[in-house]
Amino acid sequence: MTQTEVRTPPLRETTGSAVGAPIDRVDGTAKTTGAARFAAEHPYPDLAHAALAHSSVARGRITAIDTAAAAAVPGVLTVITHLNAPAMKPPPKISPFNLVSLATGTSVNYLNTDEVHWNGQPVAVVVAETRDAALHAASLVEVAYQRLEAVVDFAAEEGNAEPQKSNALQSGGARKGDARAALAAAPVSVDLRFSTPQHNHNALEPHATTAAWDGDRLTVHEATQGIAWTRGQLALRFGVPERNIRVLSPYVGGGFGGKGMVWAGTVLAVLAARVAGRPVRLELTREGVYRTVGGRTPSTQRVALGARADGRLTALVHTSVARVGRVGGGGEQITSQSRHLYDAENILLQQNLVTLDLLPNTMMRAPGEAIGTFALESAVDELAYKLGLDPIELRMRNEPTVNPLDGKRFAHRMLREAYELGAERFGWPERTPAPGSMRDGRWLVGMGVASAYHPSWQLAANVTVRLSADGGVLVRCAFQEMGMGSATVVAQIAADALGVPVAAVRVEYGDSLLPGGPAAGGSAQTASIAASLLPAAEKLKRSVLALARRSPESPLRGTRASGVLARDGGLYPADGRGAGESYPAILARAGRDSVEARVGSDTRVGAMVSQARTVGKVLNDRRRWVKAACGAHFCEVRVDPDTGEVRVTRWVGAFDVGRVINAKTAASQLRGGIVMGIGMALSEETLVDPRTGRVMNPSLAEYHVPVHADIPPIEVHYLDEPDPTMPLGLIGVGEVGITGVAAAVANAVHHATGRRVRDLPITLDKLL
Amino acid sequence: MISVRMRVNGSEVSVALEPQVSLLDLLRGRLGLTGTKRGCDQGACGACTVLADGERINSCLALAVQYEGRDITTIEGLARDGEAHPLQTAFVRNDGLQCGYCTSGQICSAVGMLAEHGAGAPSAVTEHLCSAAALTDAEIRERMSGNLCRCGAYNGIVGAIQEVVGKEAVR
Repeated sequence: MTQTEVRTPPLRETTGSAVGAPIDRVDGTAKTTGAARFAAEHPYPDLAHAALAHSSVARGRITAIDTAAAAAVPGVLTVITHLNAPAMKPPPKISPFNLVSLATGTSVNYLNTDEVHWNGQPVAVVVAETRDAALHAASLVEVAYQRLEAVVDFAAEEGNAEPQKSNALQSGGARKGDARAALAAAPVSVDLRFSTPQHNHNALEPHATTAAWDGDRLTVHEATQGIAWTRGQLALRFGVPERNIRVLSPYVGGGFGGKGMVWAGTVLAVLAARVAGRPVRLELTREGVYRTVGGRTPSTQRVALGARADGRLTALVHTSVARVGRVGGGGEQITSQSRHLYDAENILLQQNLVTLDLLPNTMMRAPGEAIGTFALESAVDELAYKLGLDPIELRMRNEPTVNPLDGKRFAHRMLREAYELGAERFGWPERTPAPGSMRDGRWLVGMGVASAYHPSWQLAANVTVRLSADGGVLVRCAFQEMGMGSATVVAQIAADALGVPVAAVRVEYGDSLLPGGPAAGGSAQTASIAASLLPAAEKLKRSVLALARRSPESPLRGTRASGVLARDGGLYPADGRGAGESYPAILARAGRDSVEARVGSDTRVGAMVSQARTVGKVLNDRRRWVKAACGAHFCEVRVDPDTGEVRVTRWVGAFDVGRVINAKTAASQLRGGIVMGIGMALSEETLVDPRTGRVMNPSLAEYHVPVHADIPPIEVHYLDEPDPTMPLGLIGVGEVGITGVAAAVANAVHHATGRRVRDLPITLDKLL
Repeated sequence: MISVRMRVNGSEVSVALEPQVSLLDLLRGRLGLTGTKRGCDQGACGACTVLADGERINSCLALAVQYEGRDITTIEGLARDGEAHPLQTAFVRNDGLQCGYCTSGQICSAVGMLAEHGAGAPSAVTEHLCSAAALTDAEIRERMSGNLCRCGAYNGIVGAIQEVVGKEAVR
């Protein structure tokens, strides 16, 4: 089953103007009528339901497990523990040569071991006729442990951090000149310590899997950001060929990185279906998501800046400590933006890690930069006050023309213009710089700025484009749509490339039977698909022209490919002279139902080739250019002087994200990042018990994400200048929005109150 | 097992179920009305919002047996004579959604909210309790705060509701 969407009519009848138009998202109707079916919503006859029991110790061995009470609950079919679970293959070792291995959430072979590696690890799966019965029975599983010493307190372990290894995909430490000496000699300096807590994604749809075996063939409806990775991991774990597995994920209720890896629930649902001999659905509870799906690492960071009296930076030091789990997780590029944002004479960047007996961390919207920009951009603001300079002026005096570390060229950089545009729209000149100098009645008013920065990426994508005799176009690619607007922008790009209206384009995605697509990560999906879709459309045009040229009656006879333009649903001479022909006319005369073109191959070798080609291109690109999205955030807060309550009252963001394909959905993505950043600034915090390693607030009642009342109108502006090194000139917009947000809030809170809060979140107690 | 009768989206429904079955599970599991979403199962997110005799409720906190004889409306039942509810089209136009998982709850909640406001119910930000509050953006945000959207489509949702309010006023 693949996507067939109800589409809204295009804004214009003419063709060639879809890219850039703010059209409604193509899956909007399905989502507003309840017709869209998510992973837990596919009916199967004889469906059983599974629930997890979680360990209550951080590290140890299971010495006894009593499932009698659970098994006695009416409706329970089976209770699976490490004592009776069938063998699974262990997760693959993480290797850069096998991208599927990167999706290993943890290295634990669930229910195939008596070892416990974190507080919350699944120790049993109950399968029952109803979800209620499975959940109740899971609560009755009694487990005895031999407890082993566990290291779980991030704050206590910070001093034991070790340098984080860098790799080809992720930047690590860096050094230019002698930043320590320059800092010591600088006439003006700041040397500051910051901390950020663990965050959890909290996509509104809890992770869910519906799994059905038919012999050794498996169908999985999954809430995932990576269809191919899910299929690859399940093939390895259950020892069946990938071609036997179909993963469907046309609708995903938010991911933000949390659905990028393959976590316990997915594997155990498939295992439970095999044991029960029936289709099984496992919908994680909200608590279950916290216990089995990693969050964003907490961090401590030091940023030290040295400057001359005129504000020119002589030293930039940014170091970080983050954590990984002993059974997985990876370092983040927390100092990434500090490589590119300021033209400092001397730079020192270091990233360090501690290893704890906790559920491994994972990527969460802008891993690295989301929290790294908080520290760097707060410190720059603090330095501006010390220098008596406007914080934007300080940034402009240190705006580099080439990459500060190594002199590489920027593929595209309009941060200066973003600040100019944002300052004008926000009314920055009306701000009086002294802290506490602006009031609205009894409220203290503060205004802050910060830079946004996120590198741009591309992944491999295989795409087919089919033109039918009726002039309709079908684009097929196994990409993911979690609300980013991917399906909509793919339709827009295809429409212009082939000169048809958006309404004539149908896009199929979210199904592993389709040509292999990129995982949704790194803000890379749209650029990755465009890089294959555009040449596929070009091939298709040439094939169609070749059909036309074969016929003596065709007005296009003798026309060369370079001389035709795809427009108005057909091919026409580019110079406007002479007649062209509609696609249906060409296909009808040739007696063809359809013409198809393809870029990329899904054979094993083909997939490896396209992967290698893309990675090679990206790495080669990186040798030549620094590519990124950037922007300027402007935040206004009001602070209650008696209670310390902070309200964000106004927001303006001006972004350089290359060419914007859909102004409406891109604005929503950028706003979404800002909203999540406001949560990070003011309320979001996963509390880990430093004694037991147990998450203490695993619910939406106790982990506070922003609600309607917390979010003011957010103005989003684009510079809309294409990046000449990217397909169509576009840069992904999924992550840049959240970067810099927490710093802009913290800087505004300082402007309102004179208080610098360097430990997120900025809760009331920190302002009293 | 207890037998329960209610109207769901205009149709009579009669089922036998255990007393602990939530209205949410009745709708999603037994009736196949999966438009109503489960986000937390504890009344914290609003994704499961439906209308009971026109009032918005969290169906995850409602036991199905308590709704004997009541009239339940879900997202699937908002259209009239094949025509989408104005809020449904306004949400699409204003991009008041991204992933779509909170959307059914947001729309049902907005329908209930507009009825509450129309009946003169004040909110925490209403200044004068005696006179009808104008439905400002601040009023909408306050009244919709029981419905979380992690994608951050809040601006679009407020815009969609205002668009419908504006049209009703013109009518």
